[in-house]
Amino acid sequence: MNAFLSNPQLRRYLWPVAGLLLLLLINLIISPEFFNLTFKDGRFYGSLIDVLNRAAPIALLAIGMTLVIATGGVDLSVGSVMAIAGAVSAYLIVSGVDSLTVIIAGGLAAGLVGGMINGLLVGYMNIQPIVATLILMVAGRGVAQLINEGQIVTFQHEAFSFLGTGYFLGLPFPIILVIITFVLVQLLMRRTALGLYVEAVGANASASRYLGINARAIKLSVYCLAGLCAALAGMIAAADIKGSDANNAGLWLELDAILAVVIGGASLMGGRFSLVLSIIGALIIQTLTVTIIMSGIPPKFNLLIKASAIILVLLMQSPRFQQQLSSLMLWRKRHG
Amino acid sequence: MSNATAVLQLRGIHKKFPGVHALKGVDFTLRPGEIHALLGENGAGKSTLIKVMTGVYTRDGGDILLDGQPIFPASTGDAQALGISTVYQEVNLLPNLTVAHNIYLGREPKRWGLIDWKTINQRSRELLKNYDLDIDVTQPLSSYSIAVQQLIAIARGVDMSAKVLILDEPTASLDADEVQSLFRIMRSLKERGIGIVFVTHFLDQVYAVCDRITILRNAELVGEFEAATLTRPELVGHMLGKELAALEDRLHQTTSESAAAPALTLTQVGRPGTLEPVDLQVAQGEVVGLAGLLGSGRTELCRLIFGVDKKQSGTMVFQGKTIHLSSTKEAIDLGMGLCPEDRKHDGILGPLSIRENIILAQQIKQGWWRFIPRKQQNAIAEKYVKDINIATSDIEKPIEQLSGGNQQKVILARWLASNPSLLLLDEPTRGIDIGAHAEIIKLIRQLCEQGLSLIVASSELEELVAFSDKVVVLRDRRKVAELTGSDIQPDTIMRAIASA
Repeated sequence: MNAFLSNPQLRRYLWPVAGLLLLLLINLIISPEFFNLTFKDGRFYGSLIDVLNRAAPIALLAIGMTLVIATGGVDLSVGSVMAIAGAVSAYLIVSGVDSLTVIIAGGLAAGLVGGMINGLLVGYMNIQPIVATLILMVAGRGVAQLINEGQIVTFQHEAFSFLGTGYFLGLPFPIILVIITFVLVQLLMRRTALGLYVEAVGANASASRYLGINARAIKLSVYCLAGLCAALAGMIAAADIKGSDANNAGLWLELDAILAVVIGGASLMGGRFSLVLSIIGALIIQTLTVTIIMSGIPPKFNLLIKASAIILVLLMQSPRFQQQLSSLMLWRKRHG
Repeated sequence: MSNATAVLQLRGIHKKFPGVHALKGVDFTLRPGEIHALLGENGAGKSTLIKVMTGVYTRDGGDILLDGQPIFPASTGDAQALGISTVYQEVNLLPNLTVAHNIYLGREPKRWGLIDWKTINQRSRELLKNYDLDIDVTQPLSSYSIAVQQLIAIARGVDMSAKVLILDEPTASLDADEVQSLFRIMRSLKERGIGIVFVTHFLDQVYAVCDRITILRNAELVGEFEAATLTRPELVGHMLGKELAALEDRLHQTTSESAAAPALTLTQVGRPGTLEPVDLQVAQGEVVGLAGLLGSGRTELCRLIFGVDKKQSGTMVFQGKTIHLSSTKEAIDLGMGLCPEDRKHDGILGPLSIRENIILAQQIKQGWWRFIPRKQQNAIAEKYVKDINIATSDIEKPIEQLSGGNQQKVILARWLASNPSLLLLDEPTRGIDIGAHAEIIKLIRQLCEQGLSLIVASSELEELVAFSDKVVVLRDRRKVAELTGSDIQPDTIMRAIASA
């Protein structure tokens, strides 16, 4: 255990994992059947599967957001990009496009364009990320409303709906999509030097410049990747309800995604990142939501409880708080 | 030497950092109305001692007496309230506020609970008159030169009832006239009975203005001397200790270097506003030293060669090929490397591990898609940690947790691992402890024996003398002299820097 704690790489996993386990434990106490998994008609059913399935959009956003935050940026527009991608797919379906490839390519292209706008503003025009992406956050929802002509567009498309409601290998398809995205991005980042470059740009932009790392191109690519992840999440959300709701699709989800990354222990100043930790962060957020519902607490308390729990998780991760806590323990041991 | 007359007395000060014993029982005595130089090579412990005096660090042992009373400053604010003010080389005031506001920052006179700007401006104007500064105090601080800003910082410090004024390398970025006016002010403050601690690298200035000299070496006190009776060679001897003999040895070797094939030739390379056109030739396996004061153009020249800034004029020939660099990546691909002057800002990737910091240059040379396998990364990092003696328990430790000297070694390792043919080292020994200092000098010598060409910018003249085959002197952003052979002596370099 001591060797585990003294390894800085592994130590970062301690609190997020502990937080998730604690939440799961609370659920076990509240409802013992929380961990029950049943296998019926070739599909898994159970609360855990629900948590994973519902966490899929946040997890996808968190994957992109992790890289953006690692470069020292932030992307506020991902919620709006979800709405745009959903609207574009819905538009294509209702205009009679039947090819799933074209529909998905259309949605992803919308996300890529959004990411490119962000990346150009941040990387090449040196606009503060929070301002640059705020533009698309506001404008993007407007664009989605324009595409939908102010309506909620519903559609029937068997193959597209599979993205949100289908099952593959016994698991809901969104979970599979998260796994595929995670593996692809993880390979891209850790089997090439890209991840190292991203961390270098975030850790010290000036030193990276001396090293000949093209920080602009790196920034452009992470925002594009965040846009693609958001588009995928947006299409899952649209496929799930068989419709595109420009007003509500992905609303405030950018905040959950940022939160997931922060709970995963990443610094908003940039530098080190871990996709695994961010996904754990996303799972913590979703588990928390489920826990509040399951515990029978009136829904009006939801947001406050969520906020308090998050403050707690963040406090536990702060080195200074850990220090104060341990010195308090020591003091009580001596004086108690 | 009696205690009663000392305004500030430090006795047996100890300070330890992880892996470094930065002060080993150092004494320091400052009398009222004297200017007292605190000297030592980089890493001797000067800055640490000053930080202990001013409450930035808490001492691990020893006493500090102010007017005979023990004090325990816990912060710079504490020290200031006690009467110890400090002015640093980088003025740490707020450039966006007005001159007057900076002077009264944190102690603004109030009227009806609101800041009384009229009084602030009025009083600031009068205050600055004492310093021969007739400037518009309602302008932002940043609209004045560093020299003026420094005087403003001094005025602020003294006005806050300073008994002790510490000037930490105040002249490093000043020109000769500005230095003279600073000295005038220092002398008049001295007459008012203020004790002044003066930290500087310029020995001329020590003799021009100081009464006493305290020398530190290797975290220990060498001694306190009267400026009038200590000769310059004695002073340098005290600062360098035993190393002096070794340095002279090397001096005679360097005179016999033969002219090898040129590795890099600059013809009239310049950039308006940054550097006047410069001619420079670096032979294979040669060490070219760049001498000059801070801001003389040393760093700017390195940046132009490495492609951090684009040259606007002239031609550059590297290994027989004319090159036009538009990014540092191209320079790295050609086999150059640059250890930048500001290690923290431009060199280290703080939160990343020693391993990652070391392999990065080689990785960049290979391209992002050809990832260096982890095993090989470990091997490279382990090799350099061992070869150049980087003090760390673990190659996975974030580089920001290392001492300055070890960080510098990691940056050196980064470039060595990329297998360069020309390495530019800008102030490679600044701010590092004496042990690492010697090791880096040793490493520089080994490298040139292996045929690597080096350009080393340094403000440590003895250092330049020790390893350079040729010294190029820069002043006011232009090349003013090129010294070879037996001309490479601290005195000649100093004269070239000072010559008008």
